[in-house]
Amino acid sequence: MSRKKLSRREFVAATALSSAALITAPYVRGAYAAGKLSMGFWDHWVPGANSASTELVNEWAAKEKVEVQLDYITSQGNKNIVTIAAEAQAKSGHDIFQMPTWWPQSNAELLEPVNDIMDPLIKLNGDVNGTVKYLGQADGKWLGVPASVGSQIKGPCSRIDLMKKYANIDVQEMYPAGSPPKADNWTLDTFLKAAEACHKAGFPFGIGLGETSDNVDTAGAIFQSFGAHLVDAKGNLTVKTDAVRQSLEFYKKLLAFLPPDVAAWDDASNNKWLVAGKGAMIMNPPSAWAVAKRDAPQVAEQCWTHGFPAGPKGRFAPYLPFFWSIWSFSKNKEAAKSLLSFLSQPASIEKMVVASGGYDLPAYEKLTTLKVWEEQGPPKGTLYHYPNPYKHQTLSIAASPAPPKVAQQIYFQATLTKMCLRYYQGETMEKTLAWAEGECEGFMRS
Amino acid sequence: MVDVAFQSSRTAAAQTGRKRTGLRNALRRKSMAAFLMTLPLILLIAVLVLYPALYSLHLATLNKAMTKFVGFGNFEFLFKRETFWLVVKQSCIFAISAVVFKALIGFIVAHFVHNVPANKQRKWRGMLLVPWVIPPAMSTLAWLWLFDPSYSAFNYTLSFFGLGPIPWTGDAMWARFSVILVNVWYGAPFFMIMYLAALKSVPEQLYEAAAIDGANWWQRIWYVTLPMMRNIIAITTLFSLIVTFANFDIVRILTAGGPLDHTHIFATWAFRVGIEGSDIPLGASVSLFMVPILAVAAIFILRDITKRGNES
Repeated sequence: MSRKKLSRREFVAATALSSAALITAPYVRGAYAAGKLSMGFWDHWVPGANSASTELVNEWAAKEKVEVQLDYITSQGNKNIVTIAAEAQAKSGHDIFQMPTWWPQSNAELLEPVNDIMDPLIKLNGDVNGTVKYLGQADGKWLGVPASVGSQIKGPCSRIDLMKKYANIDVQEMYPAGSPPKADNWTLDTFLKAAEACHKAGFPFGIGLGETSDNVDTAGAIFQSFGAHLVDAKGNLTVKTDAVRQSLEFYKKLLAFLPPDVAAWDDASNNKWLVAGKGAMIMNPPSAWAVAKRDAPQVAEQCWTHGFPAGPKGRFAPYLPFFWSIWSFSKNKEAAKSLLSFLSQPASIEKMVVASGGYDLPAYEKLTTLKVWEEQGPPKGTLYHYPNPYKHQTLSIAASPAPPKVAQQIYFQATLTKMCLRYYQGETMEKTLAWAEGECEGFMRS
Repeated sequence: MVDVAFQSSRTAAAQTGRKRTGLRNALRRKSMAAFLMTLPLILLIAVLVLYPALYSLHLATLNKAMTKFVGFGNFEFLFKRETFWLVVKQSCIFAISAVVFKALIGFIVAHFVHNVPANKQRKWRGMLLVPWVIPPAMSTLAWLWLFDPSYSAFNYTLSFFGLGPIPWTGDAMWARFSVILVNVWYGAPFFMIMYLAALKSVPEQLYEAAAIDGANWWQRIWYVTLPMMRNIIAITTLFSLIVTFANFDIVRILTAGGPLDHTHIFATWAFRVGIEGSDIPLGASVSLFMVPILAVAAIFILRDITKRGNES
């Protein structure tokens, strides 16, 4: 069989013809012309809340001709953070991952900066709160777009009747639906007195001292109300300070008025406490109230979500945001950015917040007064103050302002609640502080 | 012996002058055939066990940011941590006490079942194996509800007798007791079934001979049953010790390591440090800490078993 040899002249002619054909061919846009995009979104607690995200993603995909794959990954059993760790190790997986609180920082080197979409979004939706900046930015680089889905404030949810009857506090008057809070007297001292009164009446506040998120978040806000930090923003140890001592003394007093088993509480315990009608207050987003609405309507009718009591250094409330982050190994970063921009438009955010029954909290300041929070009930207006519409409390996260990688250790090792328990159980103040200092030194390893 | 026979036949075949390839020769060897048949399993173990094990070894030698090789630096760091030694202590308490109770209960129950008439044994065996066949993550959830801090069914029952409430998961000692209890409940049936199989293989003539010699119940156990079961007891104990040291689900679900870290064991603390705390190299180091100790224990126990096997 003879093979024809291609001459140089023929080769050049063929190349030129092929190039010309390619350039002049009409552009036919296929169904998925803009490629594929996969997303790992958090599987929402609220039934039906995922459907709003799915609809929005599909709407965007149809418009942009992108083939999308949307996975909802539960946080039950920490499946979402295990998946993040696996994808980070494999450097393969979804293009976009919805990361909780600390994970954008702990994977900062593996995330695509999204400053180019964050700057216009901030212009459009208003500035984001300090906790979002603390958790979402590293060296001026935005590590993700704050996701309204799943973001929450874990403020007090009080029983209107019990607080009025036993603590002589009208929470509806203090936080009236539709108008600014009149909560100047709502301080940690008032809170402690109310805890004592409700405890005496047999309805103690349901505040846990275990090692899970809800327990740590409350402790974090109370420590911050005293100005107490274990490690400061520069990474210096600040355990042995008067503010930390005051916080521990406060918790020692408070613990005497809490249920005796709070050391073993997890994130479900406070919800059960409220729904069972056993306590006058818990610290939680409105999920407990939503469950009560379904399982114990007589309890739900008496629930009112409001602001945290103020301490000597201010009024702080735990805020836990989620972020939509793009992995640096994503093969379709531009499409990912386009989707995140679409999901962060005011109409998209409102749709998702409504689908969650007001559970989700947008991080942007112009989006904390949506109608959904006014309308939720019973009782009507119960969630009005949930999104902090008058900015009368500072949204914070436990262990901040320590450098995030140190703070994450303090948070997940539950150093704050452990300190409170150790001191309450009879350890001396100095021994507790020395123990905490040793722990924090360990967390600083690089 | 068989290999030699194959080799001799191969030599004979070569002498006949027939053409054979090296591959065919290799395939004719019994050891090669055995190797090829086990190859899929070897590959599976290599991918699912060996690679992760080596990878975790690699991770354990990196710094927190996973950018630098630090050798044994993570272990040096751990040895200085108070919490780490608390975890070591608790893991030993948890594994050793759970294995001892599982072995003891398994041994006693196996004897009871062995003495049940043959036609009813199957029913008892099935019922007693139930805790072992239910996935522990599910059964531990049921235990969690029984131990619930505020709504414990046990405390509710105790209240009728004027007792309790007991802080099953809220007090360090009770929490340790609770996690060990659940592990014993879950693992004892495995010991029971292994011991029952061993009991059935003890020749009846030995007991008859012992009875003729006037041995009492205790002497029959001590001089006949236990020596005959020695290998099974050693293997079961070793296997259970390894599995119990590596336990995760029971502690994670029941106490998550609390209160005050007093129920953390290696796996739960490794998860806390590595996954929740995003310090994967340190988490890998925690989980690898027991490997050399368990490996040495395994070598001694298996060597002892092999020695006894050769003697017999």
